[in-house]
Amino acid sequence: MTEEVSLTLTVNGREVSRTAGAHLTLLRWLREAAGVTDPKYGCGEGICGACTVLVDGQPTSACLVLAAQVDGAAVTTAAGLLEADGSLGPLQRAFHDQHAAQCGFCTPGMLMAAAAALAGGRRLSRREIRQELHGNLCRCTGYGPIVDAIEMAQEEAGQ
Amino acid sequence: MTAAAGIRTSKEDELRIVRQPLPRHDQAEKVAGSTRYAGDLAFASMLHARLVRSPVPSARITARDASAALAVPGVVSVLFGEDVPHNLIWVDVPGQTVEVAALKASMEVLATDRVRFHGEPVALVIAETEEALAEACDLVSVDYEELPTVFEPDQALAEGAPLVHVAGNLLGEWDIDRGDVDAAFAAADVVVEGTYQTQTVDHAYLESEVGVGWLDDEGVLTLRVATQVVEHYRDVARILGIPEARVRVIAPYVGGGFGGKEDMTVEPYLGLAVWRTRRPVRMQWTRQESLLARPKRHRMRLRYRTAADSGGKLLGQEIDITADSGAYAYLSALVLLYSAVHACGPYQVSNVRLRARCAYTNNPPTSAFRGFGGMQVVFGYEAQMDLLARELGLTPAEIRKRNALTRGDALPVGQMIETEVLLAQTIDAVVDRAGAKPQPSGPRKAVGRGLASNMQSYGRLVWLNDSAAAWVGFQLDGSLSVRCAVPDIGGGQASSLAQIASEVLGVPMDRITVHFGDSALNPLAGTTTATRQLLMSGNAVYEASVLLRDGLLAAAAEALGEPADGLRLEDGLVSGRAGGGMSLPDALVTCRRRNVPIEALGTFFGPKGQPVVKSLQADRVFPDFTFGTHLCDLEVDLDTGQVELLGYVAAHDVGRAINPRSVQGQISGAVAQGLGMALLEEIVMADGMNLTAGFFQYLIPTATDVPEIDVVVLESGEGMGPFGARGIGEPPIGPPAAAVASAIQDAIGVRPATLPITPERVLDCLGEDLSPGTVT
Repeated sequence: MTEEVSLTLTVNGREVSRTAGAHLTLLRWLREAAGVTDPKYGCGEGICGACTVLVDGQPTSACLVLAAQVDGAAVTTAAGLLEADGSLGPLQRAFHDQHAAQCGFCTPGMLMAAAAALAGGRRLSRREIRQELHGNLCRCTGYGPIVDAIEMAQEEAGQ
Repeated sequence: MTAAAGIRTSKEDELRIVRQPLPRHDQAEKVAGSTRYAGDLAFASMLHARLVRSPVPSARITARDASAALAVPGVVSVLFGEDVPHNLIWVDVPGQTVEVAALKASMEVLATDRVRFHGEPVALVIAETEEALAEACDLVSVDYEELPTVFEPDQALAEGAPLVHVAGNLLGEWDIDRGDVDAAFAAADVVVEGTYQTQTVDHAYLESEVGVGWLDDEGVLTLRVATQVVEHYRDVARILGIPEARVRVIAPYVGGGFGGKEDMTVEPYLGLAVWRTRRPVRMQWTRQESLLARPKRHRMRLRYRTAADSGGKLLGQEIDITADSGAYAYLSALVLLYSAVHACGPYQVSNVRLRARCAYTNNPPTSAFRGFGGMQVVFGYEAQMDLLARELGLTPAEIRKRNALTRGDALPVGQMIETEVLLAQTIDAVVDRAGAKPQPSGPRKAVGRGLASNMQSYGRLVWLNDSAAAWVGFQLDGSLSVRCAVPDIGGGQASSLAQIASEVLGVPMDRITVHFGDSALNPLAGTTTATRQLLMSGNAVYEASVLLRDGLLAAAAEALGEPADGLRLEDGLVSGRAGGGMSLPDALVTCRRRNVPIEALGTFFGPKGQPVVKSLQADRVFPDFTFGTHLCDLEVDLDTGQVELLGYVAAHDVGRAINPRSVQGQISGAVAQGLGMALLEEIVMADGMNLTAGFFQYLIPTATDVPEIDVVVLESGEGMGPFGARGIGEPPIGPPAAAVASAIQDAIGVRPATLPITPERVLDCLGEDLSPGTVT
């Protein structure tokens, strides 16, 4: 049997305590132990970015870290970008308006990479936005609408 | 109500909702992260299943033993081929009523005595946890006696080659003989020839193959899977030996398809696991399994000889195509047929000799992938057009315009083009939009501009008797429900149906719900493949909506005492000419009082035609075609061979853009995928072993690899889809590789003829000696 460990993470502002396998990656812990399914499995190698979440504000490939390594951390997923009333947050609204999701499978991770990129508060050029997204693959959009959305979001935020 | 195919048209000023760039109705959930994909559903006490795959490309299985695996705590079952009630997957396209030519190929669900490629499924392990599963899979013992291998299609077709299948390695073969080719070449002022090689590529959607299955309360085997084809429930039923009515496939929103989820992936294994254990089961293929073993795009060698007169008019084409089908048939014969029919491109040519063959090898199988054989040939025929332009001193734009197909022209196979062709306008559009060619950024840099046009069919082969059905019904409050089993794989398939219904019935988009992707509860709409859903389910929804509107307006007219043709259905109101009218709910009550249905089933039948034989000659093969042109600007580093994409313009005539944002998304996404094929992507095999089974090795374009893509949407207002729409899912993936090669040729004077165009291949074109030890 695999060793179990009790962990407490703050997921999207909510404290979540679970006892689960100590070997679980943060991605599996979120999806299988905590029932948080917006971070996606895409490659398991930290290449595609579909599992990107913020760990204490830092964009992280959840498939590459063990949940036990981040015990006590604050984790933000795409659902954490929603407003308190459940409506879309500004970044999500921009993705929505710019048609930045097609199949939508990369979108939760892409949103977190974008949130991290915008957190610096500095206005990014389109080229810089693209560089910020280089760890997040999208196979549907050709990236243009995603860059449009992030541009729109930073404009609306007055960046 | 049923309707047959034909040319449809519409006028811009008559459209209210269609042509609006509305947010798709699936966007809010997708950006909230709340969309539940196939892998996101979980049951308490759910089992997990995984395949044991062959580690060698060609072998006889001499022994199998599951005892060690079964001894692992938590392992529930280990199944071999003998445990599958009907251990065969027939190569057939689900739901069709006609056999695919004379092809009767099959493969085992789980191999029993012979494996033919690295990654072929041999055993299915089912366990309580992923951990037990992983341990048990390693302990399933299979002994292999390795057999001779063959990896190159040419060698596979040669005398004495190791046989991948006992009946021989030639899987498919098509010919076209039209006009007098020898006379055309004898009369030619210029003849150009070239050999072009495309590579094996993977779909690489972000969502790997996955699903959860269970037995529902009626004992129906229910599989909620990432698929482009809910009609695979028939195949699962056949494999398990149970009635088709006892199997249900649900396709939730799919995380990308591109053809890779057209053939079955997890379905038969998931079905088997649920059926045997009577418990919910989840199966997800890892990215590594997906890259290793799921069918890929055909690698093709294209040989072209092209004859033209001094004015650049094409006189003849002589074409030879050889494709790698990998170890099993899948849809290879049909893919090759697409290649043959599209091989001369969007150009008028009267004399054609074509030979196309595909061969079994011990490589991973190849099958459907966006463009379906109609896209590889673009890399060949567009290279020939550029060569001709150079020989004759014409611009790439001019030679294409001089040969462009127009309405009434016949393709080499014999099918006449019936709809308006805006090929020349797409060429003008990309040239206009691109402006001046960029300047090199430094002394050892060369800038080039390339152009490539193409045509691609939309809708399925006409002898497959294609059909789609959809149900549209008013709720009593005037909101609208659409039921249609179309799988939505990310292209806005479901949202487009809402927009079509909204146009006809005047119900706002936010009051329409589309229930899609369920083989049991929705009318079947066929596969989300072949750029067919807008044509097929779009027309079905249109027909149902028109029937509903006409009935409702007739009833309202009677109640209002006004002529029906003076009434309009708009924003939830029935309005009369004189300003009178009634609310939609009142009109629905009126319908019910008069026994007028407030729901309707629409069934749409695709164009019909006779099946082809090996020597292709047909009045009709496809419903219709979509035409387009791409332009690429790039810079080549003459020292490193690195190619930087500077700008890209893509123009297609889509007939009518139901949702312009969805159209733009399809085009820019296809361009990015095509640019990956042009410059980066390749499944690399070494003696039958796949060396690219991970995203570390298999590189798809990132946001920094893809340039800004300028999309030009032209609307002829004419096509076979609703309101004159043409399909756009596949067509834009054709031109990118050819446009890039064309631009490199413009930059350095030599055209790369092998894909992908890596820096090494560019340096090779530049005449650099890359042999070890060379000092430059």
